[in-house]
Amino acid sequence: MTLLTEIRESARIALSAIRANKLRAGLTTLGVVIGILTITLVGTMLNGMTQSFNRSVSTLGADVLFVGRFPWASFEDNRKFRNRKEITLQQVRELERQLTTAKAVSPQAEDYGLSLYYNNRRAKSIWLVGNTEASLGIRGLSLAQGRWLSDADVSSGRPVCVLGSFLAERFFPKGGALGQKVKLENTTLEIIGILEKQGSLMGWNQDNQVVIPITKFAENFFRQPDYAISVKARSPESVAETREEIRGIMRRVRRVDPGKPDDFAINQQDAIAGVFDTFRLTLGTFGLFVTLLSLFVGGIGIMNIMFVSVVERTREIGVRKALGAKRRTILIQFLIEAATITLGAGLIGLAIAWPITLWIAAIARQSDSLFTAVMSWWIVALALGLSVLTGVIAGFIPAFRASRMNPVDALRSE
Amino acid sequence: MSLIRLENLARRYEMGTETVHALRGVSLSIERGEYLAIMGPSGSGKSTLMNLLGCLDTPSAGRYELNGKDVARMSDNALAEVRNGEIGFVFQSFNLLARSDAWRNVELPLIYAGISPAERKKRAQSALQQVGLGDRMHHRPNELSGGQRQRVAIARALVNRPSIVLADEPTGNLDSKTGVEILGLFEALSRQGNTIIVVTHEEEVAQHARRIIRIRDGLIASDEVNSHPLAVVPATATTPAPGGESPPVLN
Repeated sequence: MTLLTEIRESARIALSAIRANKLRAGLTTLGVVIGILTITLVGTMLNGMTQSFNRSVSTLGADVLFVGRFPWASFEDNRKFRNRKEITLQQVRELERQLTTAKAVSPQAEDYGLSLYYNNRRAKSIWLVGNTEASLGIRGLSLAQGRWLSDADVSSGRPVCVLGSFLAERFFPKGGALGQKVKLENTTLEIIGILEKQGSLMGWNQDNQVVIPITKFAENFFRQPDYAISVKARSPESVAETREEIRGIMRRVRRVDPGKPDDFAINQQDAIAGVFDTFRLTLGTFGLFVTLLSLFVGGIGIMNIMFVSVVERTREIGVRKALGAKRRTILIQFLIEAATITLGAGLIGLAIAWPITLWIAAIARQSDSLFTAVMSWWIVALALGLSVLTGVIAGFIPAFRASRMNPVDALRSE
Repeated sequence: MSLIRLENLARRYEMGTETVHALRGVSLSIERGEYLAIMGPSGSGKSTLMNLLGCLDTPSAGRYELNGKDVARMSDNALAEVRNGEIGFVFQSFNLLARSDAWRNVELPLIYAGISPAERKKRAQSALQQVGLGDRMHHRPNELSGGQRQRVAIARALVNRPSIVLADEPTGNLDSKTGVEILGLFEALSRQGNTIIVVTHEEEVAQHARRIIRIRDGLIASDEVNSHPLAVVPATATTPAPGGESPPVLN
């Protein structure tokens, strides 16, 4: 008998055996269902987060360094960084002047929670950004309409602004925003440009921003803002060199004594990637742990039920052997029975995970969150493969025992 | 050449520290087409002999040639093949698979022989017709009477065209009327040239065979030709078999 026929016949026998004990088989699958559900959900979340990460964070540019008070990826107490002195405009200018290995330098000041008005409409909690003419390229932004801040806008502190796409759509659903005047708290600003839709970065809605000249920012909103500086290195290869130069200049201009640690941080995109990787690893490890634990418990249950099945059908095994079934045939029959039960459990797990995945994805879309879930064929294949594997492993000892039964004793059993 | 040749066949069982000699040395030849009864009280060793003849067990000593093959020292898997091809079993308690209908039960040996599904169905159908159950193909064992169940089991035993039909107390679980019907079926099969070995402790059943071997204490006590076997259906009879059921269709 060929292996294929054997598997086909065994599958038929297995299905009829399972059908005869539907409830029992169903109850046994619980552990495997949970295991497959976990691995599927963790898989879809990692998958979805990786996709949205690649869409957002990687647009920051690998050759851009971000200088500020706070490190992006740190597990230390935040208070330590909050007590650091602000980075002043003067320090920004010094850095700009002294840097030799940079292609462009762009300072940035930010404020949150202000309101923007147009006629009688209001947008609460906008993200106010003070930038210079150089910031557009460094921040990896692009314009949908109009123009970016000019050198003259920045040097003379003109009352102009560039709106994020979300705000533009909100105030001007029919278009025609350019040249209109909006009010930011008490300051009237003319709209000169609208940004392309950015999406969110680590859950932060980037389309909710209002960009004004950094000089205007200092003049009207924040006399002593905490500046952050983006520095684009001359080339992706010289990032390390630029980083060292920045460090030296910043220590000098901020008068950090030799031997004392830096009182500022130089961040890079890969720091976020690092945090993200850590998070992914944590989630993945946790998911794997829960999965393996439930598959182990579920597998024990399957093994137990297969032992019962083998004992109950000792006589049947004897008959089959008397009629010419070889050891391998009996082994395959019971392995397939176990694998069929766990495959069914895997399908149930997937059937539960599928709508949950869609639900997470829908919520993530609404809240622009990075934490989303996306089902992929490889996750389905992994889940089903893992469930079959669990069945084969759990069923092996009972099936092996069945295959080695002595036909005389098996036939004599009651 | 004899179909079966046993030479000093012995089987010992180790029960803890004790050794039980179930069969102490049996020599025997069985020819093709014989209808043979093996008799003996319980504990005589007749079941052990039947297990050995059926290749379900291997002897501790001695030779066993079946159809020219030495089957005494074969591996488990080789024995499975021999059972599949050479031996048709009929058990006291029928041993049908409860969840499978008559046809699925009968085709089982053909599955293990690797026969194609279409061919299996054809042969299972014809085997069921041969035992008079051509119209019960899709009945499950619990939808059949005891006699019908044993007929399904006999069809299963015949379906692979074995060298021997080996029946272990085939009427033991049947009322006497149905038992007689089954013995009539054996008679008919024997007349068609099948080799039949019936293991029993009932004198009445053994008397239908044409040769009777009596076992006692693990040895052959007697081996006689039964010159006047009981006949259920006289060789020339054309009337239906007793019991009202239609007689087996012979071909």
